[in-house]
Amino acid sequence: MNDIAHHAPDLPAIAATADWPAAREAPPFWTTGAVAATVWLAGSAINYHWPDLSPWARTPLLAMAQGALGVLLLGAAIFGGRTRQVRYFHPAGRWLVALGALLTVWVVLTAKTALLPLPFFPPPQSILEVYTDDYARLLESLWYSAWLLVPGFVAGALAGFGAGVAIGWSRTVHYWGHPILRIVGPLPATAWLPVAFFFFPSANSASIFLIALSTGFPVAVLTASGISGVNSAYYDIARTLGANERFLIARIAIPAALPSVFVGLFMGLGASFAVLIVAEMMGVKAGLGFYLQWAQGWAAYANLYGVLILMALLFSGLISLLFLVRDRVLAWQKELVRW
Amino acid sequence: MVSAVTVPLTREAPSPVGIRAQIRGVSHHYPTPGGGLLHVLDDVTFTVEPGECVALLGPSGCGKSTLLRLLAGLEQPGRGKIGADGVRIVGPDPSRLLVFQDPTLYPWRTVRQNVGLGLEARGIADRARRVDEVLHLVGLDGFADAYPNQLSGGMAQRAALARVLVNDPRLLLLDEPLGKLDALTRMTMQAELLRLWQNAGFTTLLVTHDVEEALLLAQRVLVFTPRPARIAASFEVGLDYPRHRDDRHFVELRRRILEVVGHSDIL
Ligand SMILES: Nc1ncnc2c1ncn2[C@@H]1O[C@H](COP(=O)(O)OP(=O)(O)OP(=O)(O)O)[C@@H](O)[C@H]1O
Ligand SMILES: [Mg+2]
Repeated sequence: MNDIAHHAPDLPAIAATADWPAAREAPPFWTTGAVAATVWLAGSAINYHWPDLSPWARTPLLAMAQGALGVLLLGAAIFGGRTRQVRYFHPAGRWLVALGALLTVWVVLTAKTALLPLPFFPPPQSILEVYTDDYARLLESLWYSAWLLVPGFVAGALAGFGAGVAIGWSRTVHYWGHPILRIVGPLPATAWLPVAFFFFPSANSASIFLIALSTGFPVAVLTASGISGVNSAYYDIARTLGANERFLIARIAIPAALPSVFVGLFMGLGASFAVLIVAEMMGVKAGLGFYLQWAQGWAAYANLYGVLILMALLFSGLISLLFLVRDRVLAWQKELVRW
Repeated sequence: MVSAVTVPLTREAPSPVGIRAQIRGVSHHYPTPGGGLLHVLDDVTFTVEPGECVALLGPSGCGKSTLLRLLAGLEQPGRGKIGADGVRIVGPDPSRLLVFQDPTLYPWRTVRQNVGLGLEARGIADRARRVDEVLHLVGLDGFADAYPNQLSGGMAQRAALARVLVNDPRLLLLDEPLGKLDALTRMTMQAELLRLWQNAGFTTLLVTHDVEEALLLAQRVLVFTPRPARIAASFEVGLDYPRHRDDRHFVELRRRILEVVGHSDIL
C-alpha cells in the first residue's frame, strides 16, 4: 500500500526526464552529408591539381562541378539539417559518398594514370565533353526516339487494352483471340523486324508498328487474365443491384483488372525500349539507338557511354512516370510493388 | 402462412412494400468436379408473406446460401418454381437484394461509391443525400470517403448492408450478415436490423447459425436438414418485439429448436 502510494507520483517525473523530445527532433548536423561533402571536395581537388596524362578539355569543368556539389552538400550538412528539403535527401547520403569516391577512383584510373587504357575506358571528363559539345545531336536523337516510342507505346497500350478486355469478357472473342495470343505473343517483336521493314512504306512506320506490337501483347495478355480473374461475386452483387452489361464491363471488370493491366503496361514499356533501340540500329537512321551504333562504329567510347547513361535516365524516368500514374490510379490498393 | 396474430402490435398491418416470396417444390443440383451431381436442395416448399421475417437455420453446406441465390435470381432452380408476388423469378432485380455472407465491397470504390452503386447502375443521378442517409442509418457517417481496406470487418459488413438498403428492397435476403461480428456489435446490429425491418416493412429472409439471433428477429424459424436441404421443422415464434432472451417462451422455443438441430447434426 505504502509502496504504491510512494511510487505512483514518481511516474510522470520519470516520463518527463526521459529523452523523448530530443529523440523526435532531427539531428542538427547531417554527418553522412558532411562525409559526402568531404569526399566530393577532395575528389574535386585531386582532379583539379593532379595533371592529366594527356590534357582533357573538360577536366576543369568536371572539377568545378565536383567542387560545387561538395560545397552544396557541406552547406546542407551544416545549416540545413532541420529543413525538410535537406532531410528528403538524407536516405541518399551513403550513395552520395559512394558516388563521389567512385568518380574520383575512375578519374584517377583513367585521366591521371591510364591504368585503365583508352579507348575502352574513357575518363569521366570525356563523357562530360560529349554532353557539352555534342548535346545538339544527342537532343536530336532523343527527339527522334521519342517520336517512335510515344506513338508506338500509346497505340500498342490502347489496342492491347481493348483486345484484352474483349478476350477477357467475351467467350467468342476468347475462343478466337486466345490461341493467337498464346502462339504469336511469345515471339519477340524484334523477330518481326525484317518482315515489317519489308511491308511498311518507311522504316519509321515499321518501327512504330513493332513498338506497338511489343507493348500490345503483354498488355492484352495481362488485361485479359485480369478480367477473367475478377471475383464472380463482384458481378453477382452488381447484377442484383441493377447493373447492365456495359456497367459491369466499365465499372466492375475494368477497375478490378487494373492492377493486372498496369503490370502489362510495365512489361510492355520494357519490351518497347528493346524494340526501339534495335529498330533504330537496324533501319531507322536516327535516334538514340542509331547514335549508339554510330558511336560504336567510330570507336567513340565516350559517346557510347554518354548515350547509354542518357538512355538509362530516360527509360528509368519513363518507368517511374508509369509507376507514378499507377500509384495515383490504384491509390485504393495498400500493397504495391515498389519501383 | 403467418396469421395476423403473430404480426407484432408495434407494426401496422402487413405493408405493401414487402414481397410475397414463394418457393414451390424446389430442388437444386451442382455439378461436382468428378462429373457427378451434388444434390443441394430437395423439394423445398414454403412461402414468406409480405413483410414477414423468416429465419433459416441449417447445418453448414446444406444449401441455405443456394436458396438465397435462387431467390435473388442469380441462378435458376433445377426443379420447382420460385416466385415473387406470384410472378416467376427469372433474373436479378433491385427489388430483391442479397447481403452476401462475405461483405465483398469493391476495393477500388470508397464506401460512398460502394453504397451508391445500385443507384448509379440504374442511372439515378441525385444519390448523395440518399447515400448519406443510409450511411447514417448503419452508423458509418464518418467513413463515407474511406476505402474498404480501411474498414474493420464489422464496418465492412455494415457497409454491405447499406449498399443494399439504399435501394429500398422489397425482399431482403440476409446471408449470415452478422456472422463475423463480435458479440457486442452483433447485439447492436440485431437491434438495428429489427428497427429497420419494422420501419421499412420489407420481407426478410435471414440465414443464421445462431438460434438466439433467429428467435430475436424472426416471426418464423425454418430448420433445414443436412444436404440435400429439406425443411426439418418450422417454428412460429409469436412473441412481441423487442424480445428478451430470458423470457420463458423464448427459452422454451430455443430448447425445442436446439433439439431438432441437434438431431440434424451440428450447425
Ligand atoms: N457454384 C457452385 N458450384 C458447385 N457447388 C456449389 C456451388 N455453390 C455451392 N455449392 C455447393 O452446394 C452446397 C451448399 O452450399 P451453400 O453455400 O448453399 O451452403 P450453406 O448452407 O450456405 O452453408 P454455410 O452455412 O456453410 O454457408 C455446398 O456443398 C457447396 O459445396
Ligand atoms: Mg452459406
